Amino acid sequence: MATGSLQEWQRYDRRTRIGRYLMILASLIILAISWVSLELDFGYLLSAPANLADLFVRMYPPDWGYTTTIVDPMIQTINIAIVGTIVAVIIAFPVAFLSAKNTTPNKATYVLGKFIISFSRSVNGIIWGLITVIMFGPGALAGMVAVGLRAIGFVAKLLGEEIEEIATGSVEGVRATGAGTFLVFLYGIFPQIKPALVGISIYRWDINVRISTVIGFVGAGGIGVHLFEAIETFAWRTVLLILIAILGVVIVSEALSAYLRAKVR
Amino acid sequence: MAADQQTWRRPTAFYNRTVKWLFYIGSVLFVGLLLSRTGVSPGRFWQGILFGIDLVGQMVPPTATETQFNRMMEMLGESVAMSMLATVLGVLISIPFGFLAAENLVPKPVYYLNRSIIMVSRSLHSLIVAIIFVKAFGLGVVAGVLTLSFKTIGYWSKLFAEDLEDIDRGQMEAIEATGGSRLHTIVYGVVPQVIPRAIGLTVYRWDINIRQSTIIGIVGAGGIGTVILAAFDKYQYQYASTILLAIVAVVMVGEAISAITRRRVE
Repeated sequence: MATGSLQEWQRYDRRTRIGRYLMILASLIILAISWVSLELDFGYLLSAPANLADLFVRMYPPDWGYTTTIVDPMIQTINIAIVGTIVAVIIAFPVAFLSAKNTTPNKATYVLGKFIISFSRSVNGIIWGLITVIMFGPGALAGMVAVGLRAIGFVAKLLGEEIEEIATGSVEGVRATGAGTFLVFLYGIFPQIKPALVGISIYRWDINVRISTVIGFVGAGGIGVHLFEAIETFAWRTVLLILIAILGVVIVSEALSAYLRAKVR
Repeated sequence: MAADQQTWRRPTAFYNRTVKWLFYIGSVLFVGLLLSRTGVSPGRFWQGILFGIDLVGQMVPPTATETQFNRMMEMLGESVAMSMLATVLGVLISIPFGFLAAENLVPKPVYYLNRSIIMVSRSLHSLIVAIIFVKAFGLGVVAGVLTLSFKTIGYWSKLFAEDLEDIDRGQMEAIEATGGSRLHTIVYGVVPQVIPRAIGLTVYRWDINIRQSTIIGIVGAGGIGTVILAAFDKYQYQYASTILLAIVAVVMVGEAISAITRRRVE
């Protein structure tokens, strides 16, 4: 470790240090290019806090009278998340087996599984919403399908990783009794991934609630429709009420999801 | 063993089998109720699927005129630039929030205040933040950059604070034991423990910001989202699929860069 006897101790050798400086320099250049290309106006940024404060003044106090109107859309939002999760889990289940190295039949199915996963994950929920609204027309059905399509990749990816990590011992044990493929799956593989499947589904449901609050912006049902309307008509006090409601629902569903997942594990 | 005539049954995670079946039946009824309330009929669903197949037919092959292509590239660039700027701005804002949200470093009231701010940032979807910021700051990239920066707080500060809470006190004590001052303790005892994680989080957040920067344009906050919404509105499905593919490509490149960087740093 001690190379030169009288050298002062330094944290990094020269090459590491130069490398680091170059990295920082590169980041700064990229940042500068971004800044210039966006033609940002300093004035805008400086007046941002004032504008925001002004908006909040117009929002206060929340329009509590509107509460009864948003109960139904809120329930619909949660429903979209639930059905979306179910749709996703049903489709993701076989995909997960395709994408797991130890259960996929061959190389081609493995690639197919991985492709479905990255495709579903790369297209954002709201863009799925744009597409499903064209397919099914405006409304909750489009939202459910959009949320479901978006979640397939997530569920299949995590479930696939879980399948890859199962203990081969119990699979071999079941196979040694002479069981066929289906029985090996039912008694050897499925019991090992069941807790993970439940956990992943609950986790995804809570993410889906968050997405369901906004897919209404493109007409796919839920509270987003009302939020969009309120904002477009500058009904700021209604906006604040809806924001508070969304915040509440999201926080409760996150807590519920965390609690249930802790129980399943 | 053979004396026991009972056949083996798979154990259940529920209290007993009756509870299990009640739970399953209840779940199915519940979902059925949900579906009936939303007025989803199999016929309508099937019609939608058929229309979807038709739509895919209209989307392929992805094509764009030269003007469209140039506009797409310009706006994709805008998205990426927004994500860069927002990551830096967001992390700069997030650092103090992170320290102030670490339970072992600050008094309880400060901790709870910062935790709530983080919670608000995490709970509101970026599109909600974006649509409000668009009204406050006008259409365009300023609203977009600020949206992504605000969303960065919820993610970065939360995970950074959790790292600060998990630091190894042994290393701090070791520096103190060599006679290091308070500043030395922080610089050599605390910061090196969290720096790799902080860089990893930043890169990961940048990757998320790229994804988000491609959609917030749908509500007018700049970037490629504006273009894809317009393409769908004008029934230019071939152009829309071109943009979709371009977005997927950008997102995947961002993800790859982020994954490689994180593997090297952490």
